[in-house]
Amino acid sequence: MEQKLNISEEFNIEEIREKFPIFNNNPNLIYLDSAATSQKPETVINAQSDFLKNFNSNVHRGIYKLSIKSTELFEKSRNNIAKFINAKSQEIVFTKNTTESINIIANSILDIVDNNKTEIVITEMEHHSNLIPWQQLAKKNNMKLIVIPITNDYKLDYDEAKNLINDKTAIVTLCHVSNSLGTINNIAEIISYAKEFDALTVIDGAQAVSHFKVDVKELDCDFYVFSGHKMYGPDGVGILYGKEEFLNKMNPTTYGGGMINTVSFDETTFADLPEKFEAGTQNISGIVALNNAIEFIEEIGFDKIKDHESELLRYTIDNLKSLELIEIYNPGVDNSIGVISFNLDGIHAHDISTIVDEDNIALRAGHHCCIPLMKKLKLAATCRISLGIYNTKEEIDKLIESLNKAKEIFK
Amino acid sequence: MNSEIYREQIIDLYKYPNNKGVIDRTEMTHSHHENNPTCGDDITIYFKVNDNVIEDVKFEGSGCAICIASTSLLTDKIKGKNLSVVNEINDDEVLEMLQIPISAGRLKCALLSLRAVEGALK
Repeated sequence: MEQKLNISEEFNIEEIREKFPIFNNNPNLIYLDSAATSQKPETVINAQSDFLKNFNSNVHRGIYKLSIKSTELFEKSRNNIAKFINAKSQEIVFTKNTTESINIIANSILDIVDNNKTEIVITEMEHHSNLIPWQQLAKKNNMKLIVIPITNDYKLDYDEAKNLINDKTAIVTLCHVSNSLGTINNIAEIISYAKEFDALTVIDGAQAVSHFKVDVKELDCDFYVFSGHKMYGPDGVGILYGKEEFLNKMNPTTYGGGMINTVSFDETTFADLPEKFEAGTQNISGIVALNNAIEFIEEIGFDKIKDHESELLRYTIDNLKSLELIEIYNPGVDNSIGVISFNLDGIHAHDISTIVDEDNIALRAGHHCCIPLMKKLKLAATCRISLGIYNTKEEIDKLIESLNKAKEIFK
Repeated sequence: MNSEIYREQIIDLYKYPNNKGVIDRTEMTHSHHENNPTCGDDITIYFKVNDNVIEDVKFEGSGCAICIASTSLLTDKIKGKNLSVVNEINDDEVLEMLQIPISAGRLKCALLSLRAVEGALK
């Protein structure tokens, strides 16, 4: 069942918002937590339920028409995701989310690392999902975890990065965009440092792919991971991109149906890519519907997405700055996208979040799964605004009004 | 629903909590540290217990308005009381003490004080 999008050539925010049932059903909702999960356009929701109503069957297994159709839709999604990031289809592995993608890589990456390389380099701004798997890998394998610091203006310290990456570096891993600070990291630069020493690069793109075009061939990263649910797609779908040459040499660590070539009681040989890493039944309906999320993004176009979101980010930062006694943790509109953290002096983030919730504003408060970063910044928690394509300046105005109210209450 | 939730009492207690401070090491009989990693609420509670009576109780730490207000109210409530009374205090009683509706997302903030007391005395 083809889902029709009908998006105008000219960017029209009202038209975009209309595509999202949740805003029609909650007209007062001001949703500022897209970094946690994005809202879903009707075409994505319908694609998932239409699949279940019309074509539901397991993939790769049946000879019958229904299974052939579901397999076709499933693989079409894979092909389009590959095109979306300029990869080959066999380099796209479906997982359940970014976190799982990273864990899968961490579980097998030592298969392709030289024994003399004993260090894993991460950054201070990593989400726990791109910190803990590497930390644990290092612990289990007597490796050192090296941390690239951030600067006082919330950017990566590239000079330090250069110092910290050397011939002992096995892996360099970092986020493309920080989920707490919004910082866009110069991935290409870091990858160039890593390549000097043949270190593998793993990029966490969870906060990037909905905001700007990612080309893994251009970046020349070895692995790139992201989640469907943060790019207007369904939850329960994650993507693991890995260079074919590497994925081919890595052994799977989740075993079962669908990832085999031959099986006996003594021995199993594994399937080729990408099935080798897709044991068991995947989130088929979710994966099929992810295709519609890509369509949604591409119909609008990254140029228009960037224009709208950059302008909105600038507007948000400017208006936040006008509030007195505010601390903003963000490197500025030229170096960030989508995310701004802040604190109001003397008011705990949780209290701010609770007060603005009374005005139907969904604002995140806490450590955003970046406890080490919070510690570095000497903060217990922050409030986080994260923007999606559907957010408007009017919504930011209402947030500012609500924040002023919070200030009054705590005066 | 409006900002009733932050009735003056809670804000006042947040700004000027009762029983903030420490008890001298020579007199302190119990202490406990409790924190909520999801938001950074962090309380250390100190007791001076004599003959099963809480002669003094103080706390240090930082946190959100609900956490601090709750700790102020709870420490006021238990000061001078017998330990047996304190052991009877349950979650509902603490929530009632606050006199405002506490959403599911803020329960931990409201009950951190009780967790700290329990940790010290039980």
